[in-house]
Amino acid sequence: MKVSAVITLKKDVLDPQGKVIQQALNGMGFKNIDEVRQGKYFEIDVQENDPKKANEIIEEICKKLLANLVIENYKIIETQ
Amino acid sequence: MKSSVITFPGSNCDRDMDVALKKFGFNNKMVWHDDEELPKSDLVVLPGGFSYGDYLRCGSMASKSKIMQSVINFAKSGGLVMGICNGFQILVETGLLPGALLRNKYLEFICKNVFVKLDNNKNPYFKNIDKEVLEFHIAHNEGNYFCTPEQLKEIEDNNQVAIYYCSDSGQINEKHNPNGSIKNIAGILNKKKNVLGMMPHPERMIDKCLSGEDGSIFFKNLINNLK
Repeated sequence: MKVSAVITLKKDVLDPQGKVIQQALNGMGFKNIDEVRQGKYFEIDVQENDPKKANEIIEEICKKLLANLVIENYKIIETQ
Repeated sequence: MKSSVITFPGSNCDRDMDVALKKFGFNNKMVWHDDEELPKSDLVVLPGGFSYGDYLRCGSMASKSKIMQSVINFAKSGGLVMGICNGFQILVETGLLPGALLRNKYLEFICKNVFVKLDNNKNPYFKNIDKEVLEFHIAHNEGNYFCTPEQLKEIEDNNQVAIYYCSDSGQINEKHNPNGSIKNIAGILNKKKNVLGMMPHPERMIDKCLSGEDGSIFFKNLINNLK
């Protein structure tokens, strides 16, 4: 079963890359962009057919490796 | 005094550290990341570099490598563990040190000499150094020290800041903060003060002809403190 996870920086953590992207977009004429925050997206193929169990495994993976919980949040966004 | 330097795939300051430790009297061994047992050591050093290509987050993969469980156990039993640059990033990823190291504020790789002010002279690394300001070298892309307000309070209450970025006369201000670190923090200790992580490289300042000698002051003092 395939599960996806999105890792984003926490609200109070500075994201200079997102800031530069936002400024570039403003420069390109997208004047209505106020903020961009850059994150990471993972597609994980897990040997598990039960969606609940698969989610639990991915949650553990997010906590132990994919996200640094001091600065990042994780969200499991879809289960196929 | 016995020391061990851990080499991860992508470490590139491991041999500089080996040279520095030997120059000031350590009997140093190089230890491969895939080994499980740490040789008997008085000091373990996690060197600078780009372990595992800085994949995922700097230091994150190295913090899960085989040798690290022994390093963590060694640190928890009171052993001295020092992480320089990428080694500092690895230490925060293991949780031995609080906080995280973010991308530099102005998105540039910084490679230059900086001055650092010693704050805590009660730890085994910096005690007995009679200078207040030392000149070290930094070379990093992710050295912007970050922690939560609660963590910062705890760090300050426990005197865990080891060094701050400062001017040559020891002034700590935004102008002399190269990477955006909270409160100009360049290096911190754990609560027990046996684990040190810092972005600056003392091992690059051990030769008057090449760079400077403040690293020599650091290493000479360190081995004397351990005797």
